Amino acid sequence: MAGFANKYKRLKKSTRTNISAYGLVIILFVVALTMQSTGAISNSLSGQLVPICTYIVMALSLNLTVGFLGELSLGHAGFMSVGAFSGVIAAVSLQSSMGSGPLLLLVAMIIGGLFAGIAGLIIGIPVLRLRGDYLAIVTLAFGEIIKNIMNCLYVGVDMGGLHFSLKSVNDLGMENGKIIINGPQGAVGIPKLATLTAGFILILFALFIVLNLINSKTGRAVTAIRDNRIAAESVGIGVTKYKLTTFIISAVLAGMAGALYAMNFSTVAAKKFDFNTSILILVFVVLGGMGNIVGSIVATTILYMLPEILREFADYRMLLYAIVLIIVMIATNSEKAIQFRDSVMAKLSSKKRKSQNDSETKEAVNNE
Amino acid sequence: MSKMVPLPSKSIVPERDVNKPPILETNHLGIDFGGLTAVDDLTLAVGRTEIAGLIGPNGAGKTTVFNLLTNVYQPTRGDIMLDGVSTSKKSTAQVNKMGIARTFQNIRLFGHMSVLDNVKVGLHNLTKENLAVCLTHLFGYRKTEKQANEQALEYLDFFGMADMANFPAGSLPYGAQRRLEIARALATKPSIILLDEPAAGMNPSETAELMNNIRRIRDNFQIAVMLIEHDMNLVMNICEGICVLDHGKVIAKGTPDEIKSNPTVIEAYLGKKNDKKVEAKEGETNAES
Amino acid sequence: MNMTLVSNLINGISLGSVYAIIALGYTMVYGIAKMLNFAHGDVIMVGAYMCFCSMTYLSLPPIVSILIAMVVCTLLGVIVEVLAYRPLRKASSLAVLITAIGVSYLLQNAALLIWGSAPKTFSSVVPFGSVSLFNGDLIITGESIVTVAACVVIMICLTVFTKKSRMGKAMRAVSEDKDAAQLMGINVNKTIAITFAIGSALAAIAGVLLCSAYPALTPTTGSMPGIKAFTAAVFGGIGSIPGAMIGGVLLGVIEIFSKSYISSELADAIVFGVLIVVLLVKPTGLLGKKITEKV
Repeated sequence: MAGFANKYKRLKKSTRTNISAYGLVIILFVVALTMQSTGAISNSLSGQLVPICTYIVMALSLNLTVGFLGELSLGHAGFMSVGAFSGVIAAVSLQSSMGSGPLLLLVAMIIGGLFAGIAGLIIGIPVLRLRGDYLAIVTLAFGEIIKNIMNCLYVGVDMGGLHFSLKSVNDLGMENGKIIINGPQGAVGIPKLATLTAGFILILFALFIVLNLINSKTGRAVTAIRDNRIAAESVGIGVTKYKLTTFIISAVLAGMAGALYAMNFSTVAAKKFDFNTSILILVFVVLGGMGNIVGSIVATTILYMLPEILREFADYRMLLYAIVLIIVMIATNSEKAIQFRDSVMAKLSSKKRKSQNDSETKEAVNNE
Repeated sequence: MSKMVPLPSKSIVPERDVNKPPILETNHLGIDFGGLTAVDDLTLAVGRTEIAGLIGPNGAGKTTVFNLLTNVYQPTRGDIMLDGVSTSKKSTAQVNKMGIARTFQNIRLFGHMSVLDNVKVGLHNLTKENLAVCLTHLFGYRKTEKQANEQALEYLDFFGMADMANFPAGSLPYGAQRRLEIARALATKPSIILLDEPAAGMNPSETAELMNNIRRIRDNFQIAVMLIEHDMNLVMNICEGICVLDHGKVIAKGTPDEIKSNPTVIEAYLGKKNDKKVEAKEGETNAES
Repeated sequence: MNMTLVSNLINGISLGSVYAIIALGYTMVYGIAKMLNFAHGDVIMVGAYMCFCSMTYLSLPPIVSILIAMVVCTLLGVIVEVLAYRPLRKASSLAVLITAIGVSYLLQNAALLIWGSAPKTFSSVVPFGSVSLFNGDLIITGESIVTVAACVVIMICLTVFTKKSRMGKAMRAVSEDKDAAQLMGINVNKTIAITFAIGSALAAIAGVLLCSAYPALTPTTGSMPGIKAFTAAVFGGIGSIPGAMIGGVLLGVIEIFSKSYISSELADAIVFGVLIVVLLVKPTGLLGKKITEKV
């Protein structure tokens, strides 16, 4: 065991993150599956398993924008919304030809991701020219615009294909058609295709994309832009291109998560994907640690389940999140807190280095 | 329209570069901020393997010139030619791809990344890894990463920093950070490298090492070096051509000897005229001994 | 002349005046502390609740209630500044903005716990009714008149304050260059705290005026007007007092006109569309200054 621990420590940092992230997700999945099959969890919590999976993917994808790109996006739920609605439209209209199975879910998720990606591109091109606070407020504005439009969107399907309207159901001009999206009521009559396994696979996919991206040329460019934009430009990195790429990848993942989320319910309204949802995802990312993949997964799981487990806590949940959010930000960013942390770290690392040197010398001696 | 050196000043380009076109030329370059003219009528040429110096009192507009050369600022007047090609309307990143690399007065490293990764970011445009490769880690990812690692280590080794490859860049001592910034700039395979006060905050032995390194950069990579520096000892020792700026205007151009004896230059370094001369001379003797 | 058009215009200017008063808080804080105080909108809500409570539960006259609301909001603004924002003075704008969002959520959820989510019916503080013109074709509410008047008075006072008074000059100095102002002996922290105090007191007034015109008061009452007022501040040019006035009024008119002539559901989308267009076409706003980045 000690040998394993040592080996683990000697791995490259990126490899360590990969092992712990994938490992954690697999363990969580096995635990959830066992509990679900043995009936060890309550019905309400069992119904939350797919949403937890989708929110983990939301947090992972937002972490890409906030943690690695270093830009605050306050409209992430908007991409979830686009993914959810386009996914539902795809699923309902293809249901008759493809049947309700995992394949339909996969197609719905891909289409959800695709449309969210297109939304990401349309929004990203203007937004990423801005910086800092302005960028954040414009992503917020786009999130609200998406919500507003979805709120007056009517979509139906009949023999003649899809019908769209921004006014009313009657305006769709359908004959014996089926209403898919009914304005403020949102998507109705959704086929419930989502399963825990699908959620698990989506998390693995999101992890694969995010972790690979971080440990690549693109990931280095993105981190470089975050650390020092001017220096990144000076070594020939086209800032807009990489910002846009990251933003779109983040949007695609959010769209896929949105599609899966919608398939877990029979109806989903546009209101569900409002500013508060965007903030909730941001809370998961910040409390898990910006740029920390494993942290995002842990924080989402715990924070999402807490109000389910502690009923009394549910009322105070957002208040507490807000307080913790402020404390975490001050503790990790204020000058005094950083000085304090550095001094503690310096003491710890000097001790650690000493013991490490000792063990290395011992090993060297042994080898000889 | 590529002019043959020597232009505009005969003495500013070393002899070996004389009959080749200059790597960098500026023609009547100028920039205004609001109503204020920061740089005006800057015309100079840098030879293909020249070590050129840009000096002048504080606030003379030296860093502004570097920002103009790298298109961080767009010039109000005049143009810049890199190896006969105009760089106007290009972004900073594109100018780097064309062959101008730089360092910064206040060091700008990617502090949260490792030393090796900093250089790998410098290799960005030479690493052939498209988005599909980045997302999947298939299609030859291992090979390109291995190549990038090896190349990056070579640059680090050039500055004797290979053993620091895995340290976070932000934790390096000051001198090493400056060297890393130069290594990162060199990794972009420039044809001219701009160094903004490379010796700032260094002690004499570090400065001597830096001077040696600058010469090695020129000899090894066969590129031009242009530097801004306040350390007259360094400038007079290694620069072949020097351009002196004051209040955004060129007040003198020439070899170190010409600059040292130029009355306008001495006047520009107000009140310090005697000290400067002495300093420079002392520097020379120090370097010789 | 079309009286509906005039009536819409007046409603737009009235709503816009509220936005303008809120926008002042944003624009002053942004100009001086270079931060987007996301919680500013929620200070409005707190002000409105304070005024509501003292009128309903303590049966105090409206003027006294408004003063109480202003005092509470001023204290709140300064406390938030000192506890949450001051430690982050040198942190990245990302960190400050997330903290501000945290403060915004804290205020909203605290209000939710105290007053519940059911809307409170705010009774107007304006003592007189509507004015009827052109044989009743055009009705101007008392709230509209008071709001526009209050906005104009506040603008004039603030402009005189920043131009003439010692503190106002200190504020302008800090907004130009924090470090230089510090070297000149200006207490930067105190100046920023006073800016927060003024902005928050104005937010209380805005909250009372807003709820007098739109009486349903909930814990999220302030968030949308807050964001729209920020839009107005950006529209007019961040840091500029007349800019906040122009931006606020324009935005109010745009909102009311989109509601009556285009679609009431899409009015917010249109307002945010304006924000996006302004930021992309003229990020410095109508009256703002250009800021160059130092390298």
